[in-house]
Amino acid sequence: MIELHNVTKTYANGTKGLDNINLKFKEGEFIAVVGLSGAGKSTLLRSINRLHDISEGEILINGSSITKAQGKRLRMIRRDIGMIFQSFNLVKRSSVLRNVLAGRVGYHSTMRTILGRFPKEDIELAFGALDRVNISEKAYSRADQLSGGQQQRVAIARVLAQEAKIILADEPVASLDPLTTKQVMDDLKRINQELGITTIVNLHFIDLAREYATRIVGLRAGEVVFDGPVEEATDDRFAEIYGRPILADELLDKQAVHEQGEVVV
Amino acid sequence: MKGQSNVPLQNAGGVGKEPGSSPAQVVNRPKPPGRTKHLLTLVIILLLLWASAKQTDASFTELFEGFPNMLDLLREMFPPRWSYFDNIVQGMLETIRMALIGTTIGAIIAIPISIICAGNLMPSRWIYYPARFLLNLIRTVPDLLLAALFVAVFGLGPIPGILALAVFSVGLIAKLTYETLETIDQGPLEAMTAVGMNRIQLIVYGVVPQLAAQFTSYVLYAFEINIRAAAILGLVGAGGIGLYYEATLGFLEYDKTSVIILFTLVIVLIIDYVSTKLREKLL
Repeated sequence: MIELHNVTKTYANGTKGLDNINLKFKEGEFIAVVGLSGAGKSTLLRSINRLHDISEGEILINGSSITKAQGKRLRMIRRDIGMIFQSFNLVKRSSVLRNVLAGRVGYHSTMRTILGRFPKEDIELAFGALDRVNISEKAYSRADQLSGGQQQRVAIARVLAQEAKIILADEPVASLDPLTTKQVMDDLKRINQELGITTIVNLHFIDLAREYATRIVGLRAGEVVFDGPVEEATDDRFAEIYGRPILADELLDKQAVHEQGEVVV
Repeated sequence: MKGQSNVPLQNAGGVGKEPGSSPAQVVNRPKPPGRTKHLLTLVIILLLLWASAKQTDASFTELFEGFPNMLDLLREMFPPRWSYFDNIVQGMLETIRMALIGTTIGAIIAIPISIICAGNLMPSRWIYYPARFLLNLIRTVPDLLLAALFVAVFGLGPIPGILALAVFSVGLIAKLTYETLETIDQGPLEAMTAVGMNRIQLIVYGVVPQLAAQFTSYVLYAFEINIRAAAILGLVGAGGIGLYYEATLGFLEYDKTSVIILFTLVIVLIIDYVSTKLREKLL
């Protein structure tokens, strides 16, 4: 479904963001990408839908090259790839419904979308997506009136309305508290299982990666240093990925205890 | 803070020295920044003022000598001849209409121009730097001069006034808008690109909602300024209440002039107040 062949990304200052990466992701997989910050997780994800251009190699989505695609062809490939961000990236002054409908814009002509005339099926689809993440009662609220967890669920609804076949999630829970983290990850997992959408998630917390993913990819300095099923990703292997033993703040459970402790103080 | 809290501790063991006078502390303190810079700035400002006054022959004696004349003028202005009010209502309405139409035309033209000027929306600096240069060029021309130019082209009447206000509005609104455009949240734009939108759709869905309130506020602000500007455009024959200033001042009918001034003042105050309230609500 997604194939990366010899993908290298070199920044203008000469540092290598990605170093000769070869990966294949199959349909319906739930992949967690782990690694220290700066290891290239974000770059990898943004290369797949070409928010970042790569320097060498090629990336194929369902057999067609996004690396070579231009204009309409590129937008059509992107339309099939939904993305979820750490900072939600909703248009805060627009309503929740309009944010979700933004996922449909790629399906219609420019003129029609400027006038905001979405067909009835699109509205149905948007509400269906909001239902799936349990937030349809907020459809007409402005996005900035929602809490962080709710905003992230709206972002997931946008991806669902987009009818994406792939979901890329870049640190989707990094700015959420432990409880909402669980809700959002549960949503992602459920969507992955019920709709069979291939899901690639960048995660900072390794226990989350173990709990939700079916496959783990470890990055270190732009190179793949681990790729295998969750069972093989032992603490020792993680220590290898990170180049040092695992710290407490890389585990969500420990973090939760830590945060509760702070609340008491 | 830390240094201060140390003082009593040291003194507690010491022999009753005056607090804060210990030499070790004095050495450690950073030197206060020099005053030379401020002094130099003051000297330069004074020099500029003195030179400007010298060149323009402005002097306090002249100001005092002119003072009686000013009182004479004020005396002639009062009491205002209120009956003149009926004659100028039409002129004032024309002024407001000119400002309204000029601002609207300017606002519409300012939208594409501000997008072309915004560095975060245009693909190359070869587009937005020349666009900004042109915009700055427009802004350097005073509106009265613009009006005079348009009068020369289109003849007397409100049309050249409206055009002058439109051009002036483009300069003001486009400048404020493109600067705001460059500070908008880039996150949604990234999300919209990922969804597969083209550039126009991206602007409609990602940029416009973020900008709408600010833009409306800038248009209202331009309208406030244009009302004041429109009031004097008549001086160069570009329509509106300014024509009546010209006429009454020319015939030395200062009691009529004072009616116009008071009327203008009231209108400007009302529009400023309403516009400010509206802008507060928007943001």
